[in-house]
Amino acid sequence: MRVRRFSVVLAAAGALTLGLTACGGGDGGTTAKPGDSSLVSKAKNTKRVVIGTKWDQPGLGLNTGGSAPEGFDVDVATYIAKELAGDPNVQIEWKETKSDNREPFLENGTVDIVFASYSITEERKAKVTFGGPYIVAHQDTMVRADDTGIAKAKDLAGKRICQASGSNSYKRITDPPPDGELDLDAKLVGANSYSECVQKLTGNNLDAVTTDDLILAGFAGQSGKFKILGDPFTDEKYGVGLKKGDTKTCEAVNAAITKMYTDGTAKTLLDKWFGKAEGLTLPTEAPPAEGCA
Amino acid sequence: MSSQATLLFDAPGPRARLRNHALTVLALVALLAIAWFIYVRFDEKDQWAPEIWQPFIEARTWTGFILPGLIGTLKAAALAAVFALLFGAVFGLARLSDHRWVRVPAGVVVEFFRAIPLLLLIFFIFYLLPSLLGGGDYILFALVAGLTLYNGSVLAEVVRAGVLSVPRGQSEAAYAIGLRKTGVMVRILLPQAVTAMLPAIIAQLVVLLKDTALGFIVSYVDLLSMGFRIIPPNFPGALIPAAIVIGIIYIGLNMLLSAFAQWLEKRSRRSRKSSARPIAPPSAIPSLGPGAGPPSDVVTLK
Amino acid sequence: MDELIEYGPYLWEGFQVNLGLSAVCAVLSLVLGTILVSMRVSPTPVLRAAGTAYVNIVRNTPLTLILAFSALGLSDQIGLVFSEEPSTNGFWLVVMGLSAYTACFVCEALRSGINTVPFGQAEAARAIGLTFSQSLRMIILPQAFRAVISPLGSVMIAMIKNTTVAIAAGYLADVAFKMKDTFDTTGVSIPIFIGIALAFMAVILPIGLFTGWLAKRLAVAR
Repeated sequence: MRVRRFSVVLAAAGALTLGLTACGGGDGGTTAKPGDSSLVSKAKNTKRVVIGTKWDQPGLGLNTGGSAPEGFDVDVATYIAKELAGDPNVQIEWKETKSDNREPFLENGTVDIVFASYSITEERKAKVTFGGPYIVAHQDTMVRADDTGIAKAKDLAGKRICQASGSNSYKRITDPPPDGELDLDAKLVGANSYSECVQKLTGNNLDAVTTDDLILAGFAGQSGKFKILGDPFTDEKYGVGLKKGDTKTCEAVNAAITKMYTDGTAKTLLDKWFGKAEGLTLPTEAPPAEGCA
Repeated sequence: MSSQATLLFDAPGPRARLRNHALTVLALVALLAIAWFIYVRFDEKDQWAPEIWQPFIEARTWTGFILPGLIGTLKAAALAAVFALLFGAVFGLARLSDHRWVRVPAGVVVEFFRAIPLLLLIFFIFYLLPSLLGGGDYILFALVAGLTLYNGSVLAEVVRAGVLSVPRGQSEAAYAIGLRKTGVMVRILLPQAVTAMLPAIIAQLVVLLKDTALGFIVSYVDLLSMGFRIIPPNFPGALIPAAIVIGIIYIGLNMLLSAFAQWLEKRSRRSRKSSARPIAPPSAIPSLGPGAGPPSDVVTLK
Repeated sequence: MDELIEYGPYLWEGFQVNLGLSAVCAVLSLVLGTILVSMRVSPTPVLRAAGTAYVNIVRNTPLTLILAFSALGLSDQIGLVFSEEPSTNGFWLVVMGLSAYTACFVCEALRSGINTVPFGQAEAARAIGLTFSQSLRMIILPQAFRAVISPLGSVMIAMIKNTTVAIAAGYLADVAFKMKDTFDTTGVSIPIFIGIALAFMAVILPIGLFTGWLAKRLAVAR
C-alpha cells in the first residue's frame, strides 16, 4: 500500500534538521540495553517480542476481538518471532500500527518489529531497516463479482474508484508517471480507509477499489461478492520493519524468511489466507532479499 | 410541555378538540408511513437479516470490540474533561483579573480557541507534536489536547459568567468586612458561582463526550472506530447494525449526563444557598472582545 | 509563509466548499428546525412526541457518527443516492446529515425563544379577542424572535465550524481535508493553520457580533 501520510517521517526529518538529534538519540539510549541492543539478542534473552500489525485488514492483520489479531502478516510475524527467539513459546505482545505511525513506533521502541503491509521504499529506508521482503504484492483492482464492464485496469476510465484518505494508490490510475502510472480519467469517491472502500463497493456508489492485491484478497476472500481482476501493474515489496541500524536482526529475519519458504510454512499460510481469492498468483519461493545495509 | 402548548393554544373547545383528533390520526398515519417506508427500504437491502444482527447478541462482540471501544471513548472524554475544567477555571478567572496584562491575553486565547473548528485544531496538534517532540504515538494526545483547548475555552466563559452572575452586593459586603481580593473570590464568589455554573458545565461535558467521536477521523480506537472501522471487516455487512448499536450507546450516555444536568439545575434552583441564578448553557457566540463585560448570551438568555 | 502562498489556492478551494455547505445547511436547518419546533409546540400529542424523540435522538448522537452513517449506511447500503457524480453525492450527503443535526439545535433555540414570552401575554391577547393566528403574529412571535436571535447566531456559528467534519462522510473536498492533505506532503505548517483559522474567524466573528448587537438592540425590556 502506498501511503502518503509521511508527516511523521517528515517531522522526524524536520527534527533532525532542527538539531534535535541529541534528543532522539537520548530516546534510543533509554530503551536499548547497553552493549548488544539488537532485537534478536533481546528476544533470545527475554523471550518477549512486541509486534506491530494492522488491525483492520482482513487476511493480513485483523483485530477479531480476541487476544491476538489474525491474518497472514500475523502468522508470518509469529513464525519469525519464534525463529528469532529460538523458542516456540516466545511471548508476543500485539500492538496496532497504522500507516502513519509505523516509523515513530519503531523509532521510540513502542514496538520491536512491524509486519503491517509495509512496502519497502527508498524514502522509508532512510528511517527504518527492512528485513525481507517476505512477499511481493502488486497493485490490482477489485470489482463486484457480477461486474462485466471492467476486465482490466485500463477499463477504469470514466469509472468511480476509491480514494482512501492517507493513501495514494488512486494516483497510479488517475495520474501520469512519475507520480502515477495509467493516467486514466476516473472519478474519485472518498473514504476513510480501505475497509470503508470495500463497504462502498457493496453498494452502488463505487465501481472499483484499487490497491495491493493482498489487501484486496483478504476482503475478496471474506464474501463471494467481489473479484480481483488479476491485472497487476506495480511491485510492492512487503518488508519487516526494524529499528534503523539493527542489521543483526535483519540478517536473522532474512534467514527465517528463507526457512519459512523452504520448510513449506509459507505455502500453508498463503493457501490459508489467500487460497480462496481468484485472480491472485501466489509465490512459491522467497522473494530475493533486499540486503541489510 | 403542556405549559407551552397553552401559551400558544387556548384550552380547546369542541371544534378544536375534533380538529386535534383529526390531526392526531393524520400525524399517526404519516409517522407510520415513514416508519414503514424505512422498514421496507432496509428490508430490500437485507438489513434485517438475522446473521448481521447475530454478532451483537454474542458476548465476544461486546468484550472484544464494543467495550474496548467504549473504554477508549471514556478515557479520552475523562482526560479531556479534567484538563478542560482546569483550563476553564484558570482562564475564566484570568479573564476577570484586575490586571490588563493578564486579562487581555487570556481573552485572546479563549476567543481564538472558541472560534476555530475543533477538527482543524486536532489535526494541527496531531501534525505539530512529532516535529516538536520527536516520534511517538500522538493520536490520543492530539485528541485530548484539542478537546481540552476548545471545551476549556468554552468553560472559561462559563466560569466568567458564573462569577459575574453573583450579585454585586455579595462582593461589596465581603470587601466591607475586610476580605482581600483572593478571599472574596475563594470564599464568597466561587462557592456561589459553582452552584450556578454546574448545569452549564455538565451541558458542555455532553458536547465534549460527543466530540470525542472526532477521534474516528484521526483513527483513534474509540467506540465509533470500532463500529465503523473494525467491526464491519469482522462481520461483513454488519455496518448498519453496528452503527445503530453504538449510536444507542452514545445517545444513552449523553442522555444520562443531560438528565444529571437537569437534576442539578432543578436542585440549584431550589437551593437557597447561592444568590446566583443558574447561568445559561454556553454558546459559541464570541463576546465583544477580551474582557468586555459578561458574554452577550448571558444578557439575552435570562 | 511560503507554504501558505503555494497551497493557498488549493486551500481556498476547500474553504469555498465549507462556505457552500454552510449556506445550504443554514437554509435547510432553519426550515427543518421550524418544522420541528411547530411539531414540538403543536396541540397534537403524537406530533409533540415525534418532535421530541427526533430532537433527543439526533442531538445526543455525535455528528461524526451521523455523517459517517449518512454515507456508509444510508447511501452505500440502503441506496440513497443524490447524484451519480461522486463529489455531488458527497456534498448532498453532508448537507443532509449536517442539516438534520443542526435542525435540532435550531428547534431548541426557537423553543426557548417561545418560552421566554410570559404566559400573561398570551392570556392578554386572547382576552382582547385576538384569534390564534393574530396573537401568534402580533404578540408572541415578535417577542420570541428577539430572544431567539442570539442563540440562533450561536447555532449557525457551530454549524459553520461543523462543516469541517465532512471528511467523516468520505467527502474529501473541504478545507480540513485539504489542510491534512497538505500537511501529509509538506509536514506541519503553522502559517497554513493560522491562515485557515483566520478565514473561519472572518466568517464567524461578524455573525457573532451582528447577532449579539441585534439581540441587545431588540431585547424586550421586562
